[in-house]
Amino acid sequence: MDLVIVDYKAGNVQSVLFALERLGVQATLSSDFETIQSADKVIFPGVGEASSAMAQLKARNLDKLLPTLEQPFFGVCLGMQLLCQHSEEGDTDMLGIIPLPVKRFQTELKVPHMGWNQLEKLQSPLFGGIAEGEYAYYVHSYYVPVSEHTIAQTSYPEPFSAALHYKNFYAAQFHPEKSGPAGSQIIKNFLAL
Amino acid sequence: MLTKRIIPCLDIKNGRTVKGVRFENIRDAGDPVELAKWYAEQGADELVFLDITATNEERKTFAELVRDIAKHIDIPFTVGGGISAVADVEVLLMAGADKVSINSAAIRNPQLVEDLAKRFGSQCVTVAIDTKYTEDTGWKVYARAGTVETEHATVDWASRVVDLGAGEILLTSMNNDGTKAGFALDVTKAVSEAVSVPVIASGGAGTMQHFADAFQVAHADAALAASLFHFRELSIPDLKQFLKAEGIAVRV
Repeated sequence: MDLVIVDYKAGNVQSVLFALERLGVQATLSSDFETIQSADKVIFPGVGEASSAMAQLKARNLDKLLPTLEQPFFGVCLGMQLLCQHSEEGDTDMLGIIPLPVKRFQTELKVPHMGWNQLEKLQSPLFGGIAEGEYAYYVHSYYVPVSEHTIAQTSYPEPFSAALHYKNFYAAQFHPEKSGPAGSQIIKNFLAL
Repeated sequence: MLTKRIIPCLDIKNGRTVKGVRFENIRDAGDPVELAKWYAEQGADELVFLDITATNEERKTFAELVRDIAKHIDIPFTVGGGISAVADVEVLLMAGADKVSINSAAIRNPQLVEDLAKRFGSQCVTVAIDTKYTEDTGWKVYARAGTVETEHATVDWASRVVDLGAGEILLTSMNNDGTKAGFALDVTKAVSEAVSVPVIASGGAGTMQHFADAFQVAHADAALAASLFHFRELSIPDLKQFLKAEGIAVRV
């Protein structure tokens, strides 16, 4: 399988590469159009700030390419938010692939939402073998509300989208690459889609 | 429910784990990668690696070790020590670290906190604060591995770095560190209530009840310890079972 990780210097790509390596999977890190277009599957990692990440994508014209992709695609953390329409972080227009907003947590609880929280209402092959209430690692200050495209929820304190599925685009707000054996299983599930 | 985090801290010197008692009297407690893997299996929620020589000796950070750690463990980790510029952080994050912790550099140049938050996002910027109480000064912030007293009152400084973009505070009480007499609950609670971001209690853990107190009395979001775990005086599975029985949300 030809697996490509989108390289736009904004994400913590190394962690995803290492997680794949632990699963015995080779991946190519690339920002090249043809390489990404011809991949069997694409992973789109991300940590960081929305407007900086969008600027990095635009500098490589990836904002034009990514919405046109048709193979199974997996956005992680900021990589999920970037797939959405607009983020309150830096009032940023995102890639606009999934017609959902990205909002800042408005809560008395601590923000960022940081640490291990539970995955609930799992409804996708992405979560095959994962139990309701399994823990995943989160670190984020912005979230995507629950919608018809939500395939898993987490509460902080209100439910938000832990994961999304829209056409060929899958996405997780948590970090599967940092979520222990459960996270590895979710990555394996994506690779098996 | 979001769980309280248990965080073993590995102080690193020349690629090895060490733990100072009150920042002195350093003992060797093993290979960081092996220890990290063991902690991940034991149920540690996160790890912190502090390059304790970096600040004093102006050494560059330990990106190679960070890479090696990231390669072998599947839980998040924070690295700190000797970070003084955006470029240092870029190297560490690209090596696989999830968060960076800055301490003296933030005191020297508070603008760095804002620059890091803008470039990488607040979620990966932890500001570590070493604090010490004396009757004359109250809780004050100390710089350069706890050797230099600053002008900053601890709660004020914590609030300021959060305003600048810090996403987490790692608060170490120098009075308590190494004593095993418990965390500094008063200052931890004061900081936790003053800031909107998570606070890690550090310094002084000796018993399981001390962790429960950090969460229930001081409202910390995470608690950190080193020698207690390294020398296996307290096991993480036992600790988590204890906390769960106390009604504290933990990942078990």
